[in-house]
Amino acid sequence: MNAVTLQNISKSYQDVKAVRDVSFEVKKGELFGLIGADGAGKTSIFRILTTVLLADKGTATVAGFDVVKDYKAIRDRIGYMPGKFSLYQDLTIRENLEFFAAIFGTTIDENYELIKDIYDQIKPFSDRRAGKLSGGMKQKLALCCALIHKPEVLLLDEPTTGVDVVSRKEFWAMLKSLQEKGITILVSTPYMDEANLCERIALIQNGRIMSVDTPENIIKSFPVKLYAAKSDAIYKLLKDFRAAPVVDSCYAFGEFLHVTMKGNRETGSSELRDLAIERGHTHVVVQEITPGIEDSFIRLMNEKTEVSAHQ
Amino acid sequence: MEDNKAIVCKDLTKQFGDFYAVNKISFEVLKGEIFGFLGANGAGKTTAMRILCGLSFPSSGTATVAGFDVYKQQEKIKKSIGYMSQKFSLYENLTVLENIEFYGGVYGVSRKEIKTRSEELVQTLGLESEAKKLVGALPLGWKQKLAFSVAIFHKPQIVFLDEPTGGVDPVTRRQFWDMIYEAAATGITIFVTTHYMDEAEYCNRISVMVDGKVEALDSPANLKKEFNADSMDEVFYQLARGAKRSGD
Amino acid sequence: MKQLLVFIRKEFFHVFRDRRTLLIMFGLPVVQIVLFGFALTNEVKNIEIIISDNARDINAQQITDKIKASAYFKVQESVLDYNDIEKAFKKGNIKCALIFPAHFGDDLCHEGKAQVQIITDGSDPNIAKTVVNYLTAIIGDYRQQISPSPTLAYRIIPETRMLYNEEGNGSLNFIPGVMALVLMIVCTTLTSVAVVKEKELGTMEILLVSPFKAVFVLIAKAVPYLLLSMINVVLILLLAVYLLDVEIKGSVLLLFFESVLFIITCLSLGLLISNVTDSQQTAMLISMMGMMLPTLIFTGFLFPLENMPKVFQIISNVIPARWYFIITKAVMLKGLGFTYVWKETLVLTGMTVALLGIALKNFKIRLQ
Repeated sequence: MNAVTLQNISKSYQDVKAVRDVSFEVKKGELFGLIGADGAGKTSIFRILTTVLLADKGTATVAGFDVVKDYKAIRDRIGYMPGKFSLYQDLTIRENLEFFAAIFGTTIDENYELIKDIYDQIKPFSDRRAGKLSGGMKQKLALCCALIHKPEVLLLDEPTTGVDVVSRKEFWAMLKSLQEKGITILVSTPYMDEANLCERIALIQNGRIMSVDTPENIIKSFPVKLYAAKSDAIYKLLKDFRAAPVVDSCYAFGEFLHVTMKGNRETGSSELRDLAIERGHTHVVVQEITPGIEDSFIRLMNEKTEVSAHQ
Repeated sequence: MEDNKAIVCKDLTKQFGDFYAVNKISFEVLKGEIFGFLGANGAGKTTAMRILCGLSFPSSGTATVAGFDVYKQQEKIKKSIGYMSQKFSLYENLTVLENIEFYGGVYGVSRKEIKTRSEELVQTLGLESEAKKLVGALPLGWKQKLAFSVAIFHKPQIVFLDEPTGGVDPVTRRQFWDMIYEAAATGITIFVTTHYMDEAEYCNRISVMVDGKVEALDSPANLKKEFNADSMDEVFYQLARGAKRSGD
Repeated sequence: MKQLLVFIRKEFFHVFRDRRTLLIMFGLPVVQIVLFGFALTNEVKNIEIIISDNARDINAQQITDKIKASAYFKVQESVLDYNDIEKAFKKGNIKCALIFPAHFGDDLCHEGKAQVQIITDGSDPNIAKTVVNYLTAIIGDYRQQISPSPTLAYRIIPETRMLYNEEGNGSLNFIPGVMALVLMIVCTTLTSVAVVKEKELGTMEILLVSPFKAVFVLIAKAVPYLLLSMINVVLILLLAVYLLDVEIKGSVLLLFFESVLFIITCLSLGLLISNVTDSQQTAMLISMMGMMLPTLIFTGFLFPLENMPKVFQIISNVIPARWYFIITKAVMLKGLGFTYVWKETLVLTGMTVALLGIALKNFKIRLQ
């Protein structure tokens, strides 16, 4: 059975089409990522699934219940962390947690097992007010609050936005262990590197789903060869490659440039190297590499028209 | 003051009570350099940046920005820098052109110059058809690009960018960096913070702040060598993992 | 039910941990009472007075001298008839007139009692009251001086008239007025802001998603302010009685219940405002500007309603504070019972039910 299904969901605000004909499923027990930039439509999808927003078109179910007809049943079964969610700043950790437990008709003790690992990390500060907590601790507390009633499905809207790398890593480790406890998790993020931590992902841009698959399959379906290149003058190299007619796309990726070429060439990497040396670059490095999710995302974004026709 | 330095900090400290938000940091930023200023949440980045922008006084230590002293010449500093952050956005209910005019005016760019250059700017950004539309109606990526252009409109010596690309899609993010490179090529010094570690690699040099101190400062390549890491992500993780404090 | 209690407890935490809220809640009434109280009972000096001495005897002369000697009055002496005095009032030349009847001294010495007439400009009731107090004090003082013995005292009976405002309306009116104003501000503003704050924080989204009944959110938000406002009413009344020496003539219990009714009206209004706004500033602006000004203008506590244009008088009917003001005035200052205010109470109840109904019905279980 699927924990979450969306079928042809669309939603517009005035003349802005926030969600366009979105369909995907999240299987029970899956850790599913919705990957896309701000304004891609992620938050609207979350609000539709959590029953606080009505879609213009399409149907959706969560934990087997319809988001419109059975919204009450859904509200009992989901844990939700909204994107701009901040806790009650003037209540302590403990008070926040007790409050959310009571609102969901339970107590901290009842489901303590589930939150124990996370709560233990912030427990020493349980009398501190939420407003005085660091970003990482706030995030942990928010997760505890969302888990306190032992939900079947956990919906997390950009839980790691604005949080530093260390806290982000910890957070994803927590999600993994929750998944092992049998909770289905749908999480959204603008950070492409987090996509690899999900079992399956949906790439979303401008309200449209560009691709739904495992990260490995998405990477495998990258249709052409990808090269990483660098030289001493990286920005000049970027300009030179972009100006070259054989180059299809060229983007900066960390210390390298990621380059694709027109047509399928066997000798791509030496061609690029020659090109760079010809333009006077020194210390030129070019190698063929395996693409990452971000490469796929960029490529899919640029092929948007093709993708929407295919859907 | 050596003239190839845009920013010089020595033992810069900011103390709130007995809490050292910034603890004796020293570094130099060269003119025309892209300098990445990294750190975990609460490491003291924002406080340090505020001092350098002339918004708050340090408790001790010295610092000059564009050759001006952060204690005595805050007004002069403000005139020679540009600033843009993720939160700082343009006036949503003004049009693209009105926003450019306003900020140009604030920094004392002459009317005539504003007029000619804003037309140029709109053209280079490809916003011709949106020039008279309200900024609020633009997509986030365009807003950020416009905000950056506005921040360097008065041709400052240094521009401070506080997480300029947060939440922006990968393609727009790269277009944004293209603009940064272009600005740097014209001699503007770039001082930038980011949460994207791949962006750290685009910088000439980066510093990593942990618990109020600068724990590492070098080019990305040298740092990776030093920490025996494949990516900046790993370097940062190794440095910040030991952080005792965190916060916003 | 337990959920609701936990929620209410949380709301109390919010109130007690926010100094701003507490300050508005309890600082405002104190400041208002003290300000109005002292601003309105301030000393008056150099009062222009006409003394019309029709008696021309020693006693009248002695009282006149005493008045002249005090720092409070600037005396013009003249024998004028009543019409001339009224003209002088109309011109604004004088604030007060003291008239000794013919045979004042004779009456006092032979019959042991005499009358004087004090006429004041009632359009400024506070000054008028003060002036009357000063004059009666001076006359009383004189009476004691000349009385042969404490047992056999002369009596001088001042007959007071306030021109233009025979009732002396206004001097104590501000207590019911301040009560209406304070409750309006505290209940409406603070409740609307409290609900909107949850929207801003994003916690409203969680509450909507939780199995917690949406209507309970409103109830839980309102309850702390209901209780605290009740304390506020008591505080204002205590201040009025002990600091400003105002006497509560009617039933305190009735006054309290009417106040609770008005509090609920204000809370409903606050909840209604919170339904239609998304930011704290907007909520604050609507409730402050949209509610405070009409309360000040249309209750009749600063400006007498009777003197207003007809349109304003009609508008004033839809202002809840107006009805509460009438009720409090009647109970507190006139000592009237429920039988005299049931109509106003009914109007207020009707308004409350309507407002609360709309607020509850409009509360959205979804966003947008």
